[in-house]
This record gives sequence, structure tokens and C-alpha cells, in this order.
Amino acid sequence: MLTDESYMRSLRRQRIFRTVICIIFCIISLLPFLILCMNATRTSDAIKSGLSLIPSTHFLENWRNLLAKQNGMQITLQRATLNSLCITVPGTALSVYFSSMTAYGIEVYDFKLKKFAWSFIMAVMMVPSQISIIGFYRFMMKLGLVDTYIPLIIPTIAAPTVVFFMKQYMDSVLSIEMIEAARIDGSGELRTFNSVVLPILKPAVATQAIFQFIAQWNNLFTPTVILTTDSKKTLPMFVQLLSSNQFRTDYGVVYVGLFVAIIPLVIVYLILSKYIVGGVALGGVKG
Amino acid sequence: MKKNKKKRVTYGKYGYLFIAPFFITYLIFQLWPLINTFYYSTLSYYKRNGREVISFAGIQNFLNIFGIASGETAYVFDYLKNTLIMWGFNFVPQILVSLLMAVWLTDTKVKVKGTGAIKVIIYLPSVITAASVSVLFKNLFSQYGPITMALKDLGILSENFDFMSSVAGSRGLISLILWWMWYGNTSILLISGVLGIDPVLYEAADIDGAGGWKKFTDITLPLLKPILLYTLVTSAIGGLQMYDIPALFNVTETGYNGLPNNTTTTMAMYIMRLYNSDVGKAAAVSVFMFAVTVAVSLLLFFFMGDKEEKKLKKAEKARRKAGGR
Repeated sequence: MLTDESYMRSLRRQRIFRTVICIIFCIISLLPFLILCMNATRTSDAIKSGLSLIPSTHFLENWRNLLAKQNGMQITLQRATLNSLCITVPGTALSVYFSSMTAYGIEVYDFKLKKFAWSFIMAVMMVPSQISIIGFYRFMMKLGLVDTYIPLIIPTIAAPTVVFFMKQYMDSVLSIEMIEAARIDGSGELRTFNSVVLPILKPAVATQAIFQFIAQWNNLFTPTVILTTDSKKTLPMFVQLLSSNQFRTDYGVVYVGLFVAIIPLVIVYLILSKYIVGGVALGGVKG
Repeated sequence: MKKNKKKRVTYGKYGYLFIAPFFITYLIFQLWPLINTFYYSTLSYYKRNGREVISFAGIQNFLNIFGIASGETAYVFDYLKNTLIMWGFNFVPQILVSLLMAVWLTDTKVKVKGTGAIKVIIYLPSVITAASVSVLFKNLFSQYGPITMALKDLGILSENFDFMSSVAGSRGLISLILWWMWYGNTSILLISGVLGIDPVLYEAADIDGAGGWKKFTDITLPLLKPILLYTLVTSAIGGLQMYDIPALFNVTETGYNGLPNNTTTTMAMYIMRLYNSDVGKAAAVSVFMFAVTVAVSLLLFFFMGDKEEKKLKKAEKARRKAGGR
């Protein structure tokens, strides 16, 4: 009886201890965002005077200062955001559509090179794109595609990770009978894929679209090499400008610029977090 | 039966049609550039009167980057060292914290409340643009940045300390950013790893009177080995290509030179510094980076895993990459 009680007490103490530590980690993860939000509302002088977690009222003033500093520049925060969308939206659509299609081709049909195709995709999954950047840049130059969005959008068609993920998913949800039934109804193979298979894959498509969007939106390396005209630069490239001499003298402006670059992403993440966190852990070690 | 077989053969050609867009794109935009990169590493490029002069150079580019040729400095080794140091000081704490999180957040006896919310919060930093995160941290930790000032007020830092002019400070902060961005991701992976372990094992250990630490070292760790190795390999491969964070953190106005005194310059930054001025040399650095990447992953596989585990790792690697890296 007594041991039971002391056991319960030690459990409770353990629980409080662990909760506190976990809360500390959560604070560490959130604190930079919190300071960012607070400093975006403070004047440059107030920011220089030290750390404060109390919001002030100068957000709009900072924003207007940012607009004033951007005035006359080829690239603005708004323009950069638009540019990023112009690259990321088609890029996400292409990567998810064509990589699902590839996974479907390997999953459903029997052909000679099927095994080879699958092994190839598995093998190239871990080759990082930084390594081939020199060849990529020179080749794009020869094709006259440097400083266009094409080298940033079209290559997304080949996304090995999406193929891998989609094939795993198809293993569990697709049945040959379904496809056979569509054939009997006279549906062509491509139509079957578009109107019968894709709707079934919706949950996986959504997850992969989110991850592709994040990856492409955050990409800095390839756009830095490919894009030279200021007006074509993407959001991460604009963020790089925030630490140039032009902006960094006014801290309020820098923080408000970062605020606009970061906080919308945080909000979208929190809305979609269920799918995102679930997607990371999906199948964890079942393989 | 025969008819069925025939049908299959006719449908087979659709397989090629369906995988064609992927493979054509991959060959043009990935494989061909990779082959070209290897080829370029054997050429000498320089500009004369605004025109490029190209000639075959054999292994000269490699002699140059390794500092064997006279008058050349072996920057690649310095930058490889920088990269490994900054990666290492992020990875060790990352794996330790993630293991702690994985054990605590899956413990059914001592239940921590709000597990779902904790996972969402600690994963958050990894979806934010690394470029923005880097600039944000630079501002937070600059000489008069809010966190630097707060640390000085608390007496943790001396009054005239400046992270940006200190080697350990700059490297340490880059490691901190990497840790901050990725420990949540690794925690979630390890959590799903621990949840995949058969609970019967823990029940049996309980009956035998094993304590928490014993269960951790004898059940959790060995069974997590594949996923730990996989985390190590992906993190090491990603770490070797490190670019966004150091390139925007503490650099010269022209970029690509990590301050102070090139102690935070990485190999990818070196490639970026060269790609427009000396293509052959930049390609040679890329080939070196490729070789190191392959060597590191092979080493880790042979060092730590047997065949069965390797297969598992491959699958998990894919899953994690599918997880948005």
C-alpha cells in the first residue's frame, strides 16, 4: 500500500519533470519566432536597446519604411513572393503528377526494364543536386535557359522521393481489379490513371504536394546559380538582400521583412500540421 | 489463359509511356549535368578578353584544389573541416535530444501531456526557409542583437563579446541553427521508430524487473539502430552539401566567404565562389564533394550495418526524404 503510494508519487514527479523539460524545448523552438514578431512592431532604436517580449505599435511604420527602401529597386518583397509562387506552384504540380504517373507505371504494368527502373530510382534518391550544379549551369547556358524559370520548373518532373512514396502508397490501396474494371468500361490507360487512380491517391498526393511545395519554396542554391536579373529573384534570394547594406541599417525594416517572409509559412504549417507531421512519421520503421 | 498473357504483353508498352516523362527529364536535367561535371573537372577554363578559352587539363584541377601544384592552396580541406565541425556539433546534440524525446513522448507509464502539440511545435522550424532562419539568427545574435544583449545582461557573456568575430561563436551558432531546425524532425522519426517496437518486449522486461535505463540500452537502442544509422547517413549527406545557412549567416559583403577569416566557409560555398570564374576548378571541387559523400555513406553502412539493416535503411531514407527534405 505504502510502496504503491510512493510509486505513484515518483511517477507524478517524473511526469512533472519531463513536462517541464518538454515545455522548455517548445519554448526554444518558438522563441525566435516570438522575438521576430515583437521586433517587427518596434522601432530600430527600441530594438537596439535590448530584448523585449512586449509588442509595440510601429509595425505599419516599419512596413512603410521597407516599402520606401524598396522604392527604385528592381526586386521587392512582394515581387519576390510572386516570383516564388510562379516557380513553386507549377513545380509542385509537375513533380507530384508525373512522379505519381511513374510510380503507377512501375506498379501496374509488366515490362522488361521495370526492375531496372525501380532500382535506378532507389539509387539516385540520395544523390544531392549540389554536386552536378556546374554541369547543370553550363548545360542551361548552352540551351539559352539561364535566367529563365524553365530550369527551375521542368526538372521537378523527376522527383525520385515522390515516386518512392507514391509507389509505397499504391502497394496498399491499388488493386488490379479496379483497373481491369475501368478497362472493361472502355477507359483508355491514361484516362484510367487520371480519373480512377489519382482520386484514390488523393491523401498521398496532398502530403507529397505539401512537402514538394516546402522544398521548392525554400530552395536557394539552384535559383542563385540560374537567376541573374534582379526582377526575377525568388523570396529566399530577397531575404539574402535583407542583410545587405541597403537594409541592415534599419533593424525594424529587417525584422518586418523577415516577418513577412516567415510568418505566413508558420500559419500555413500550423493549419496543415496534421498532414505534415503525420507524413514525416508515416510508416516510420515498418519497411 | 493464353489470351490473358497476350493482353499483358500489349499493356506492357504503357509502362514505358508512363515512366518516360520521369526518365527523360532525369537524364536531361540530372544525369547529363552530372556526367558533364565530371568531364569539366578535366578541362581548364579561363577568360581572356571576355571570351572563354578551354583546353584539356588532365588532373591539373585536382592538383590545384589539393594544393599539390605550386602556388595553390588546399582550401577544400579547410572547408571540408569547417563543414564537418559545424555538422558534428549539430548532430551529436540533435541525436541525444531526439532520443530523449522519443523515449519520453512514447512512455506509457509516465505520460507527458500534449504530445501532439509538442511534436507540431518542435517540427515547425524545419519547414521554414533556411535562408530566412539564417538571417533571423544573424540579427538575434549580432553584436547588438536582442539575444546577445540579454546574455550580456545576465552576465553569461562578457561585455565586449561578439559572436560574429569569434570562430567558435560563429561556428557554434551555425551548429545551433542546424540543431534547432532539425532536432524536431529527427525526434518524430525516432518516435515512430520506438512506436514500431513490439510492446511485448517491454512487458517481458518489466516482469524481469528491468529498470528504465536497462530497457533503453537493451531494447530501445539496439532496435532503433537501423533508423539511427539512417538518420546519421542522411544528415551527413545533407551536412556535406551545407549551403543556405552558412552562406547567409556571417559572410563578407560579396558572399561565399564565411567569417571570420573563412572559418565558416563550406564546400558548397566554395563551388559557388568558383562557378562563374573557374569552371574546371569548381567542377573538381564538385567531384571531390561527390567522392566524400559516397565515401561517408559507404563507410557508415559497412561500419554499422549488416545486409538486412541496409535494406531497411534504404527504405527509411526514402521515407524521410519523402518527408520534405
